[in-house]
Amino acid sequence: MKLLTHNLLSSHVRGVGPRGFPLRLQATEVRISPVEFNPDFVARMIPKVEWAALLEAADTLHLVEVPKEPIQGYEHDESFLRQMHHVLLEVDVLEGTLQCPESGRLFPISRGIPNMLLSDEETET
Amino acid sequence: MEYYSAIKRKKIELLVVTWMDLESVIQSEEIKSLLSLFGGQFTSSQETYGKSPFWILSIPSEDIARNLMKRTVCAKSIFELWGHGKSPEELYSSLKNYPVDKMVPFLHSDSTYKIKIHTFNKTLTQEEKVKRIDALEFLPFEGKVNLKKPQHIFSILEDYGLDPNCIPENPHNIYFGRWIADGQRELIESYSVKKRHFIGNTSMDAGLSFIMANHGKVKENDIVFDPFVGTGGLLIASAHFGAYVYGTDIDYNTVHGLGKASRKNQKWRGPDENIRANLRQYGLEKYYLDVLVSDASKPSWRKGTYFDAVITDPPYGIRESTRRTGSQKEIPKGLEKCPESHVPVSLSYHLSDMFFDLLNFAAETLVLGGRLVYWLPVYTPEYTEEMVPWHPCLKLISNCEQKLSSHTSRRLITMEKVKEFENRDQYSHLLSDHFLPYQGHNSFREKYFSGVTKRIAKEEKSNQE
Repeated sequence: MKLLTHNLLSSHVRGVGPRGFPLRLQATEVRISPVEFNPDFVARMIPKVEWAALLEAADTLHLVEVPKEPIQGYEHDESFLRQMHHVLLEVDVLEGTLQCPESGRLFPISRGIPNMLLSDEETET
Repeated sequence: MEYYSAIKRKKIELLVVTWMDLESVIQSEEIKSLLSLFGGQFTSSQETYGKSPFWILSIPSEDIARNLMKRTVCAKSIFELWGHGKSPEELYSSLKNYPVDKMVPFLHSDSTYKIKIHTFNKTLTQEEKVKRIDALEFLPFEGKVNLKKPQHIFSILEDYGLDPNCIPENPHNIYFGRWIADGQRELIESYSVKKRHFIGNTSMDAGLSFIMANHGKVKENDIVFDPFVGTGGLLIASAHFGAYVYGTDIDYNTVHGLGKASRKNQKWRGPDENIRANLRQYGLEKYYLDVLVSDASKPSWRKGTYFDAVITDPPYGIRESTRRTGSQKEIPKGLEKCPESHVPVSLSYHLSDMFFDLLNFAAETLVLGGRLVYWLPVYTPEYTEEMVPWHPCLKLISNCEQKLSSHTSRRLITMEKVKEFENRDQYSHLLSDHFLPYQGHNSFREKYFSGVTKRIAKEEKSNQE
């Protein structure tokens, strides 16, 4: 699971609503997988990122060189974009959990794939 | 040459020659979606296209035409149309009316060219072909003929209809034009499901995956999502066009690439069979974002619009069952439990609920202008246009039928988000008279099988007589 994905995921446990974001990340196995750098794609993603959630996740994984916020003129700043590219797309959580911050419910990640399934009682109607 | 590049931005009349192996609406809608993607409004003098592979269009520039051909699997070739008619005389007269200043850049003395003849539904002798080419001598060709690597290729196209058992003496139509480009038909072979590492029972055939990505106006750096991803076939097509892809599926085994194989002679899936591996097979792994095990009726995405397209083939309940998670109280008989208890309970998912959820999801998470492309299964005897699911935020772009059997078909539905989602939008369907006809989708599985059992009963009866 990439950190870009973590940044878009939210708990849908019943009653939790917007407080289901961000999911608390805990990782037991992480892999760095190089991905071809595409500055245009990374630049497109920057406005969609919830920065506090990203920093929290990056911190959990002890990542360094994570920009604290989007800088002015980021679309043309290759160094900034390369750092964001690495954080968002090259860090892969293979094993771990995502935890709903409100209800505590755990969603497992195995082989890099999160399992977001809940039973009917647990989800919103 | 400067003059030529100026021409590429001028309005152009095109002859589009399409393949003839798919329903014509699916093909023409693919071409229309692509023209829209490249900013081309087109006009066509023909009322209904479909009975022949020839389609005449006027579009703003040759650049748009070339971009179209880099994406389409439905259009075979396109030509800048210089003349056409129902007889050779009409063709020559039409050519004489074509402005000479538009011809000159391609015929001047420094250029090289070749003239080809394509005949549709008839074979000509070499002699007959030469005669037709010679008849065009009146055109101001000043360049040299080069049969191996000409700068410009011109074609005479003769249409002898579609019936191989009834070939007319004379063609119905003759066209003459400058060849511009061919389409991407070979993608279908390169991405064939037969050669793919990871397939499932309902993997979409490669041609249709590309067509769906084109209906979705997928472009480079888009994010495309498939909520019923299965083995990822639809994602492959989008990745090929430069989009980054997400998928979810309720089936743990399929997402992880485990369990029984769908190939004949193979019992279990191998270690390299999963969606990521499929993308890797085609050199598209960099476009893989993530796949998740998730229930499409209960999505886990935070509030926001981040998908440029949602492209999917939802389960119809025939070869794959429709499922969603449910509570213990609702347990019907014969439910499945996933061995690793990833799905507490599996309910049959009413098809109409599923489409309603899908449209709502698309309306919430698509960017404005983003597209939803999906297959809607239909019991043909009862079908009416009102049954196509509707949403206040989504505009219906096209609805293309593909027959599956004598009484069932599926429709390729393309919708575009034209209005931002507000909370009250998710209940609009209850107020609309579109709601009741949805219920017909629920019994699709029964109706599909009722037709089959009737036919089998009939056959058995006639065998006994």
